[in-house]
Amino acid sequence: MLRVRNLKAGYDGVPVLFDVSFEVNEGELVAIVGSNGAGKSTILRTISGLIKPMGGEIEFEGKRIDGQPAHLIVEQGIAHVPEGRHVFGKMTVKDNLLLGAHTVKSEKEVSAALEDVYALFPRLKERESQKAETLSGGEQQMLAIARGLMSRPKILMVDEVSLGLMPILVDKVFETLKEISKAGITVLMVEQKVQDALEMADRGYVLQTGRIVACGTGRELLNNDLVKRAYLGI
Amino acid sequence: MLAQVIASGILMGFIYALVAIGLTLTWGVMDIINFAHGEFLMLSMYSAFWMYTLFRTDPLLSLPLEALLIFVLGYVTYKIVIKRVADAPGLTALLATFGLSLVLRNLAQFLWTPNYRFLNQTLVTDKKLAFAGIVLGLPQVVASVGSVIMTLAVFYFVQRTRMGRAIQATALDKATAKLMGINTELVYGVTFGLSGACVGVAGALMSTFYPIHPESGALYSLLAFVIVALGGFGNIKGALQGGIIIGLAEALGGYFLGTQFKYAIVFLIYLLVIQLRPQGLFGW
Repeated sequence: MLRVRNLKAGYDGVPVLFDVSFEVNEGELVAIVGSNGAGKSTILRTISGLIKPMGGEIEFEGKRIDGQPAHLIVEQGIAHVPEGRHVFGKMTVKDNLLLGAHTVKSEKEVSAALEDVYALFPRLKERESQKAETLSGGEQQMLAIARGLMSRPKILMVDEVSLGLMPILVDKVFETLKEISKAGITVLMVEQKVQDALEMADRGYVLQTGRIVACGTGRELLNNDLVKRAYLGI
Repeated sequence: MLAQVIASGILMGFIYALVAIGLTLTWGVMDIINFAHGEFLMLSMYSAFWMYTLFRTDPLLSLPLEALLIFVLGYVTYKIVIKRVADAPGLTALLATFGLSLVLRNLAQFLWTPNYRFLNQTLVTDKKLAFAGIVLGLPQVVASVGSVIMTLAVFYFVQRTRMGRAIQATALDKATAKLMGINTELVYGVTFGLSGACVGVAGALMSTFYPIHPESGALYSLLAFVIVALGGFGNIKGALQGGIIIGLAEALGGYFLGTQFKYAIVFLIYLLVIQLRPQGLFGW
C-alpha cells in the first residue's frame, strides 16, 4: 500500500535519512523504531509532504506521491498524527476534530466520522466544547489521534504517541492503536519505546542514524541480537 | 448635545472597526502588517465614485462590486507581492506592502488627479434621522449599520465555516494545519482577500460622506493601526471594541477640546495603552 524506496531527506540541504526503504501492506500495523535523532519523524514528515525528499520514491497505492504538497497527500488517505500532539489549543475539541475532517466534503460523512471517534474516545465527547489546551496530556494525545481519524484515512501514521505520557496512559494509547488497527485501518507508527512497539506490531523496521539496519516481524526483531543489545539492554 | 456626540462617535467607531478588522486579520493569520490597507480603502472609494459617475450606480448598490473587487485585489496582492516575501527575514514584507501603498497612491494621483471628489447625490445624501433629540446623518447611520453587518459576517465566517476554521488553524500552527489537508497557500490568499473585502465594504459606505482623493485612505489606516494595537493584534473582537473606543475618543475629544485636537486624544490613548498594556486592552 505504502512503499518507500531509497528515500533521502533532511533539512536545509543536510540529509538526515540516507537510502531508506520499507513498505506497509494494507491492514498491517508497522512500527519503525529507533532512538532519538535516528530520523523517524523525518520519515513521516517526508511522506506527508511537510518536507520535500532529496531523492528516492514514495508510492501510495501504486501512485508516486513524493514532492506533492501536504494537503493533497491528506486527500489521498494518509493521515499524520504529529509528534508532540500539536492540537489547536485555542480551539475547542470539536473544532479540532472538524479540522481533521477538512478534506471530507460531505456533511453527512463528517458527522458519521465524528460519531465514530466519539465512540472510540467517549471522553472527547464529554469535552467537545472545551478548549483543547485545557485537556490533560493523555487526552490531548487521544484528541490528536482522533483528529487524524476524522479524515477517514486509509493509513494512519502516528509519531511517538508515548511521548511525555505517564506509563499507564502509554499503555492506554497503545491499546487504542491496536483497536484502530483491528478496525481495519493500516497503521504506521514510529516509536522510541522499542519493546512496546515491536510487541504490538505485525512488522517492524529498525532505524539507526538515517538507515534501516534491521527488519522483520515484531517477534523476530525482539529476538534480534542487534535490537536486544542496542535497545532492550539485554 | 453630549448624547448626540456619543451617538455619532459610536457610529464612526463601527466603521473604523471594520477597517481595523481587515488589518488585524492579516496580522493575526500571517504576521503581516499590510501598509497598503488604507490604499485598498481608497481604491474602493474611487470604485464607488466611478460606478456612480459613469454608470449612475449608487454606492449602496455597487457595494458588493467593491467588496468583490478589493477581495480580488487582496488575493492577487498576496499571490504576486506577499507570497514572495512572506518567509524573507525582518522587515521585508513590511517594506513590500509599504512600497505597494506608495505605488497605489501615486497611481491614483496619476490616473485621477489629487483633486477632492464628492458624491453628493447618492440615495442617502443630506438625509437625516432624528429621534429622542438626537439628529444623525443618514449616510453615517447607513455606513455604520453596514459596517456592523459586515463585521458580524466576517466573525461568522471565521468562527463557523470550514474555511474560517482553516484560517484559525493556519494562524495557530501552519505545519499542523497542512497535516489536516488545509491548503495553507489558499488560506493566506483568502485571508488577504477577506481583509480587502472589509475595506471594500467600508470604502463604498464611506464614499457617501467623505471626500475621495488619493490620500483618503491614509488617515483611516493610521486609525486602524491604533485600533488594532488597542484591541490586541489579530483579535477581531478586540478590533471591534477598539474601534468604538477610538470613535468615541475622537468625537468626545473634538467636542470638549475642539476638533483640531481630536486626533491628539486618539494618539494619546494609543501611547498610554502601548506603555501600560502593550498586548492591547483586550489581548491576552
